[in-house]
Amino acid sequence: MTDIALTKKDFTSDQEVRWCPGCGDYSILSTMQSFLPELGIERENIVFISGIGCSSRFPYYLNTFGMHSIHGRAPAIASGLAISRPDLTVFVITGDGDALSIGGNHLIHALRRNVELKILLFNNRIYGLTKGQYSPASEQGKITKSTPYGSLDTPFNPVSLALGAEASFVARTIDSDRKHLSEVLRQAAAHKGSALIEIYQNCPIFNDGAFDQVKDNETKDGSLLQMVHGQPIKSATTGVIREGASLKLVDLDSVDESQLVIHDAHDPDPSYAFSLSRLSGSSLEHTPIGIFRDVERPSYGAMVHEQLDAVIAKDGAGNLEKLLNSGDTWVVD
Amino acid sequence: MTAADRGGKMLDMSKPIVAVKSVVIRFAGDSGDGMQLTGDRFTMDTASLGNDISTLPNFPAEIRAPQGTLLGVSSFQLHFADHHIRTAGDAPDVLVAMNPAALKANIKDIPRGATIIVDKDEFTSRNLTKVGYETNPLEDGSLDSYKLHAVALTSMTVSALSELPLTRKEAERSKNMFALGLLSWMYHRPTEATEAFLKAKFAKKSDILEANLIAYRTGWNYGETTEDFANSYEIASAHMQPGVYKNIGGNTALAYGLVAASHQAKIPLFLGSYPITPASEILHELSKHKKFGVTTFQAEDEIAAVGSALGASYGGALGVTTTSGPGLALKGETIGLAVMLELPLIIVNVQRGGPSTGLPTKTEQADLLQAMFGRNGESPAAVIAASTPSDCFTMAMEAVRIATTYRVPVVLLSDGYIANGSEPWKIPDVASLPDLSVEFAKTQENFMPYERDPETLARPWAIPGTKGIEHRIGGIEKQDKTGAINYEPANHDFMVRTRQAKVDGIEVPDIDVDDPTGDATVLFLGWGSTYGPIASAVETLRNNGEKIAQAHIKYIAPFPKNLGAILEKYPKVITPEMNLGQLAMLLRSKYMKDIVGYNMVRGLPFTTAELVEAAMGVLHND
Repeated sequence: MTDIALTKKDFTSDQEVRWCPGCGDYSILSTMQSFLPELGIERENIVFISGIGCSSRFPYYLNTFGMHSIHGRAPAIASGLAISRPDLTVFVITGDGDALSIGGNHLIHALRRNVELKILLFNNRIYGLTKGQYSPASEQGKITKSTPYGSLDTPFNPVSLALGAEASFVARTIDSDRKHLSEVLRQAAAHKGSALIEIYQNCPIFNDGAFDQVKDNETKDGSLLQMVHGQPIKSATTGVIREGASLKLVDLDSVDESQLVIHDAHDPDPSYAFSLSRLSGSSLEHTPIGIFRDVERPSYGAMVHEQLDAVIAKDGAGNLEKLLNSGDTWVVD
Repeated sequence: MTAADRGGKMLDMSKPIVAVKSVVIRFAGDSGDGMQLTGDRFTMDTASLGNDISTLPNFPAEIRAPQGTLLGVSSFQLHFADHHIRTAGDAPDVLVAMNPAALKANIKDIPRGATIIVDKDEFTSRNLTKVGYETNPLEDGSLDSYKLHAVALTSMTVSALSELPLTRKEAERSKNMFALGLLSWMYHRPTEATEAFLKAKFAKKSDILEANLIAYRTGWNYGETTEDFANSYEIASAHMQPGVYKNIGGNTALAYGLVAASHQAKIPLFLGSYPITPASEILHELSKHKKFGVTTFQAEDEIAAVGSALGASYGGALGVTTTSGPGLALKGETIGLAVMLELPLIIVNVQRGGPSTGLPTKTEQADLLQAMFGRNGESPAAVIAASTPSDCFTMAMEAVRIATTYRVPVVLLSDGYIANGSEPWKIPDVASLPDLSVEFAKTQENFMPYERDPETLARPWAIPGTKGIEHRIGGIEKQDKTGAINYEPANHDFMVRTRQAKVDGIEVPDIDVDDPTGDATVLFLGWGSTYGPIASAVETLRNNGEKIAQAHIKYIAPFPKNLGAILEKYPKVITPEMNLGQLAMLLRSKYMKDIVGYNMVRGLPFTTAELVEAAMGVLHND
């Protein structure tokens, strides 16, 4: 813990921020800079590691340790750091192209291992840095520079993907909602193990308005299905009920509030969170927001060090001379 | 020292004993016949007698190729002698063939007059047909020029085990121990170590243990009693430097070298690795050494393996990744990042036959240029190569010294030949190992992450957790000193040159030339695992009165400072490589010196004989 309380200013680096005007990344950065002092962790013990893409410039703007690495590999590099240095708090900053396309393999494996990483996936459903090609999160049929006749790809739902990869903490939030984003960051930081946070992020240049459905005052309340642990899951107009093994959307007018599903982020059964993740499609008309899943299981780094300690406790610390002289040896006089 | 002094089994040897100076034995059988184990045990028992040894396993890529086929033949060659030897030998004096496939696959390598021991029970018409023998070679006279011993290995093993509650199939599995016992008798190998080994291996399977011990002893006794074998052989101890020795393979030596380096550097070893032949053994070995604080992380792929190692290195650990050629190709981009971040990183490439999947279980040296240049941009890394199995220990420590001193990625090249081969290793005294202590940047004002040490040009190793030196680094070009993103033309040119200058300035030992008369005009110059065959050829040439010099390159990027002068001194330089001339290309371009290449890419090490012939051509014909 710090001796003197740090402020947002302490976490702001001297680098000029170079995202396009109006980019959703600004508000995420500002929220992060304001949130970090709350963690009570010294700056030198925080590391941000990013891949490649617009969002991956993020580490340059934070006055902590940071590495802007290579495309898709941030979770792999961060895994090596987090496993070997459990004293550090490690964030991974990535985007929908970086995490879901070129780095998809590293993402799922970091999550299944439960490496102590807080992964912030800025999802703008487009490739911004390469100037406007469709991403693995773009909706089918999307017209982009590389898909003039419309994209044929079925998109990933990042939350479903993370849950399928055995993630122990999965959440979704929105760039412009500072309060919600801060709360999700708070809970992710408190979680032991890996956390995947999908942040809907607007790209004003190549995919402007992609998330208007969940941002515009007229539509957002009816679209955002608020997930709060212990509370019924609902938007202003729609609720979630159980139907057999699955979940279903209903008009709030047509059911009694007592029939709504009470959110349990700690449900050990991942199929519950998975069903929640399937309620939203590309249209965003009904979008669960908040923490899908937050369950405890041992973090990978902790297990690695427990194993090292256990071996040393049992056999004693290694003796190099003994190792080199082990096995069949003979003496030449 | 006699076998008895060394605790060897004393037998009432009733047959004549013939003294020989060196022997090459090849055990060959189906890949399920346990030939590697048989060879390993014979090696261990031989090493303990003080003979010099060199081994060469050769096995198919398929774990269990169809039984009895040529594809499924696995072999283990062992050369042992009363003098210093450098290779596993060109041609076997003894072939042990466990079936017709093993005979057929190996007979072309066996010189006339050699001894061939076969399991005659396996020479059934069905097995013969399977490998295309129209007549039985044991009966058709085709092996008349060899000393053939057709032994009923299977049936004698099975009948020796008839008292045990085993199926015939289970009993047959011990026939490799019968063969080992027979060979151990022939060459007076002590039996205690192998018996102890079997007892440990099968501690929980008493029937199997009993079967193996009985088969082993039956094989020994068969040699002693049958009239088929008239003599046994004795090979005196080799004259070796005093010390404690063990037989060691290249992969194990490399793993030990990394553990030792981590110990001497006082930082924990982090291995990020993805299984790949023939490098996986290093991962297996290191995963055993947790009590040295070694973390082994079996990553999801080659890229994550090197990425995690780099991440660990960024945090102040000794980041290492181990792989073979195809894996090195995948790691290229991350190695480039390490070049840019200027962090220590060790990349071990145990080369195998390429391109693509190539020959996974065979040896080759064709990744040299990939190690040098297989990255985008001007991306210099240090490149060094081990020359023998035990040299892998030394070079692993060297890789760590260079990486941590200069904060650069170091590619350490080994190959399938030295990785799987073995030789006696004089175990170093721990107190004599170099101090590899590292220094991390300390808390300071106005920290400059790319301010360099004027001597090494290394930037500070500034690890997270150090107050006041928080900074950002990345793959984008950086401004000199501050490390801030910078796209200015002059700065980029300066940084490119500086990174190159840093690698060029790495201190490496001068290269030694072995030129006893001092007036040789031809230099045999090799790198990597060709050391043994070249040294052996040089020895033969000198014994024949030829004048020839030998030098071996272990540091390729950078080359030793005196290499240019050496090349200048010798009018002719022959460089044998298991590639199409990759080192030769580097030498020619750097030193403007013509190099006579001798290049074979067969997946096998050079034979002494072919190198002698190649040298004779250069010495006399032109």
